[in-house]
Amino acid sequence: MAETDRETSIQTRAVGDAAIIYASDYLNKLTGERIERECRRQFDSGRRTLIINFRDTELINSIGVSILVGLIDAAEQNTARLIFSDVNSNTANLFEMLGLTRHVSVAANEDEALSWVERDSAATA
Amino acid sequence: MDTNTQRLIHTFSALADLGQEIADAGDFEDMLRNSFHLLLGSLAIRRGAVAEYDREAGQLRLVASRGLGESSTDTLPLSTEHARRLASSGSATSLADATNEAARFLEDHKKFFATVEIDLLLPLIVREQLIGVVLLGEKASGEKFTEEDLEVLSALSRHIGVGIHSHQLLEDVEQKAAENLRLYDGLRAIYKETVRAFAAAIDIKDRYTQGHSVRVGKYSEVIAREMGWPDEEVEGITIAGYLHDIGKLIVDLSVINSPDRFNAKDSAEMSRHPAAGYEILSPISHPYADIPLMARYHHERMDGKGYPDGLKGDQIPPGAKIVTLADSFDAMTTDRPYRKKLPLEDVFEDFRVNTGTQFDPEVVCAFCRAFLNEIEGKKERRLLNLLNRNYSNIEQLSPLLNEMLLEFNGGTMTATTTH
Repeated sequence: MAETDRETSIQTRAVGDAAIIYASDYLNKLTGERIERECRRQFDSGRRTLIINFRDTELINSIGVSILVGLIDAAEQNTARLIFSDVNSNTANLFEMLGLTRHVSVAANEDEALSWVERDSAATA
Repeated sequence: MDTNTQRLIHTFSALADLGQEIADAGDFEDMLRNSFHLLLGSLAIRRGAVAEYDREAGQLRLVASRGLGESSTDTLPLSTEHARRLASSGSATSLADATNEAARFLEDHKKFFATVEIDLLLPLIVREQLIGVVLLGEKASGEKFTEEDLEVLSALSRHIGVGIHSHQLLEDVEQKAAENLRLYDGLRAIYKETVRAFAAAIDIKDRYTQGHSVRVGKYSEVIAREMGWPDEEVEGITIAGYLHDIGKLIVDLSVINSPDRFNAKDSAEMSRHPAAGYEILSPISHPYADIPLMARYHHERMDGKGYPDGLKGDQIPPGAKIVTLADSFDAMTTDRPYRKKLPLEDVFEDFRVNTGTQFDPEVVCAFCRAFLNEIEGKKERRLLNLLNRNYSNIEQLSPLLNEMLLEFNGGTMTATTTH
């Protein structure tokens, strides 16, 4: 079941070992830091697979990009997997252009992302 | 949308956001952190730092960083000569292929840069002065920085440099203002000490009234404070009290120290001192207003029968009215060659009789209130401490003081703090 942190307005959902974090319509300093806090909280609690769902995201500014790059680093340091899903075409182009896609997998939607997680779990079991 | 257009839009929006960030900056550290994030995000750069150049300390101080890890340092030494050369180099420099002055700086700190994986340096230069540097690691794409990238980064860095420079200017101004304030306070303290010393010198001339000027200053201070004067003006009236008799310096010593009551000739000589005090004090730039006037008018009376100008009522400056009462009080509560000090009941009876003709009712009421407040323990004992060695049973004054307050204060019977 999805839960919303009222203080930070970040919607998250746990599915198995993964956590899905829903980004807002505009990813800037304010909303980016909320996602960053939530991701770090998930890493600290031992979660090693995070899916950031961009279904509502229309625009990402430079600080938003910088925060996502920081999360990629944090995921690498925590030997965690970061997956982006439901990215619209403009955002997908931006991630591709800036090289973020070298470091994260981009799934068409949540189901695809979860299927990747399930497949990896099965492979390592 | 093609990639180039999207890249252009992303870069322009970073530049616009950066301009906004610097223009709106309230907190300097926040501004720098956000600006640096914008710069990193413009090209998805994975790590880096902004360092401010501290000319006096001869070092770069890291003020914002990301991804440098625990091996990072807070400062990097940078000599004045190196800073000058970096400023003259002016452009972004890659650690890998640099041949200019910036490269030599990078070489000096090669070990640090290798540890934190920094390979690009952009000097922040404003008016040909090195303000700081931006240090950058690789892009998330893993590609080398292109000429176009360097142009973008240089443009963004210039904004950050201006932001740091503006902050430094503001800090300089604030430091200078604080320094001036300290100097001013110091000068004011010296002025006050000098005036006190001067007051003592004035009183030494009159062997019967030693300490008179300082006491008048203190009584005036208590009255003005009771009347709700602001601190600055209270300080001014205290100084005026110290200096009110400065004109006595030109009065014949034999008159001042005469053991008898003044005859007409002596009175005429003595009555020169307020105007003389004004002449002495007028050319001096006092940090407080109207000090010469308070010296000139401290023998004026409400009914116009005073001297030197025979001013009446509101024509007399409020400060002079306070000094007049303080002066009279001290005169009546100290021994004179021709009489002993008066009992306090007689002093206040004198005030009562002469309120409205000699003394201003508002000033008399303030003095009565201050006395009552001290007697009733509502305020620090300042008046009472000044009088204690000469008087006992001061508490017995309370009924008289209350009666005077009732008489002159339109029915206010008890002492209260009015302001």
